[in-house]
Amino acid sequence: MRVLAFIIVCLTGALLLYGTGEFPDWGDPQSPASVHLSNVYIEKALEQTQVPNLVTAVLADYRGFDTMFETAVVFCAGLACFLLLRDFREKKERYYRHTPTGVILHVKDSKKIIKVGKEFAHMDKNWVPSDLIIKSVCRILIPFIQIYALYVVAHGDFSPGGGFQGGVIFGSSLILLAISYDLKTLVRRIKEKVLGIWAAVGVLIYVGIAAICMPMGGNFLDYSVLAPLVWDPHHVRALGMLGVEIGVGIAVTAVMAIIYINIVSEGRHEEGL
Amino acid sequence: MTDLLPLIVAKYNYWLYVILMMIGLYAMIAKNNLIKKLVGMNIFQTAIILFYVSIGYKKDATIPIIQSAHGGGHGAHEAAIHAADYINPLPHVLMLTAIVVSVATFGVAMALAVRVYQRYQTLEEDELRMRLSEK
Repeated sequence: MRVLAFIIVCLTGALLLYGTGEFPDWGDPQSPASVHLSNVYIEKALEQTQVPNLVTAVLADYRGFDTMFETAVVFCAGLACFLLLRDFREKKERYYRHTPTGVILHVKDSKKIIKVGKEFAHMDKNWVPSDLIIKSVCRILIPFIQIYALYVVAHGDFSPGGGFQGGVIFGSSLILLAISYDLKTLVRRIKEKVLGIWAAVGVLIYVGIAAICMPMGGNFLDYSVLAPLVWDPHHVRALGMLGVEIGVGIAVTAVMAIIYINIVSEGRHEEGL
Repeated sequence: MTDLLPLIVAKYNYWLYVILMMIGLYAMIAKNNLIKKLVGMNIFQTAIILFYVSIGYKKDATIPIIQSAHGGGHGAHEAAIHAADYINPLPHVLMLTAIVVSVATFGVAMALAVRVYQRYQTLEEDELRMRLSEK
C-alpha cells in the first residue's frame, strides 16, 4: 500500500511539475492572473468604493456574495460540530474537591449531587493545575489580544485586517482562556446559548445589511443606496463594508469557540483541556 | 541538468507547492490513522493557499493598499494609481476566506473523528475495518 501510494504520489508530482513549465515566472507582472480583472480592481476600487485596502474592497463589495456564503459555511461548520458532538446527558461520575482540606471526592452515583459552593468545588479530572505564571500572563494578555482583534476588525478598510482575521484572533483569545484556566471558566463566562446566538447574529447582520439595500431601491448588497441612512454619505460603501465585516467577525468568533468547546469536551462541556 | 537549474530557480514557488502538496497527498493515501490523514489534508490545503498567494505576487510591487489615500483629504487619491505598483488582490481575497473555511471544515472533520473514536474506541483504519466487518 505504501509503495503503491508512493508511486502514485511521484507520478502526480511529476505531472504537476511538468505542467509548471508552461506557467509564468515567479513575480512576473505580465502573468495572466494579473493582467485582466486585477488591474481593474487596483485602478478603480478606490474611486468606486473609497476603500484603500483593495483586499477588503474586493472581499466585501465586488465579491460580496462569495463572502456572504463563506460566512454561511463557517456558521454551518459550527452547527455541524454542535449537532455531531453535543451530549446533554449528565456525566455518571463526578469529581469534587473539598476546598478547605483539598480532599478529592469521586462520586459514582449520578443521583448524588453535591451542591457546589463555598465548601465543594467541581474538579476536572483531565485538568492539570496550571502554573501561576501561565495564569497571570494569560490574564494580562487576553484583554490586549481582544482589543487588538477589535482594532483589526475596525481598521479592515484602511490597513491589513478584516472580519475573518479579527474574528479568529478574538476566538483564539477565548481558547487561550480555556487552556490557561480550564474549560469551565470559559463556559461559565460565555454561555453556550450566547455563543449560538452570536454565530447566528453575525450571519444575520451580513444578510440584513445586504437585504436592506433592496427596499432602499438598489440591488442586493449594493451599499451605495444606503447613503440616506449613514452620517457620511461620501463613504457609504466603506461603512457598508465595515458593517458587513463586523457581522463576519462576530460569526467567526462564536464558531471558533463552539468548535473548540465541543471537540475538547466531547460535547459535554464539563471537562476538557 | 545544467538547463534544469535555471528553470527551477525561475519557478521555485511552483516546486515548493508541488512538494508540499505531494507530502499531503501521500499522508492522505498511505497513513493508517485518521488524524494523520487529516493533518495530510491540512498540508494539502496549505500548499494550495501557497500556490494562490504566489501567483498574486509581482516584482517591485507593494501590498494591495493604496498608499496615497492615507492621511489625505478627498483629493488625495487624484494621483494616478498604476496596477504594476500593487500586487494582485484577488488571490489574497480568495485565500483569506479559504483559510477560515479550512479551519471550520477541519473542525467538522475533528468532530467526526471524535464520534468515530467514541463508538469504536480506535482511529486506526485497519482496526476500524475489522470492527465494521464483525457486525
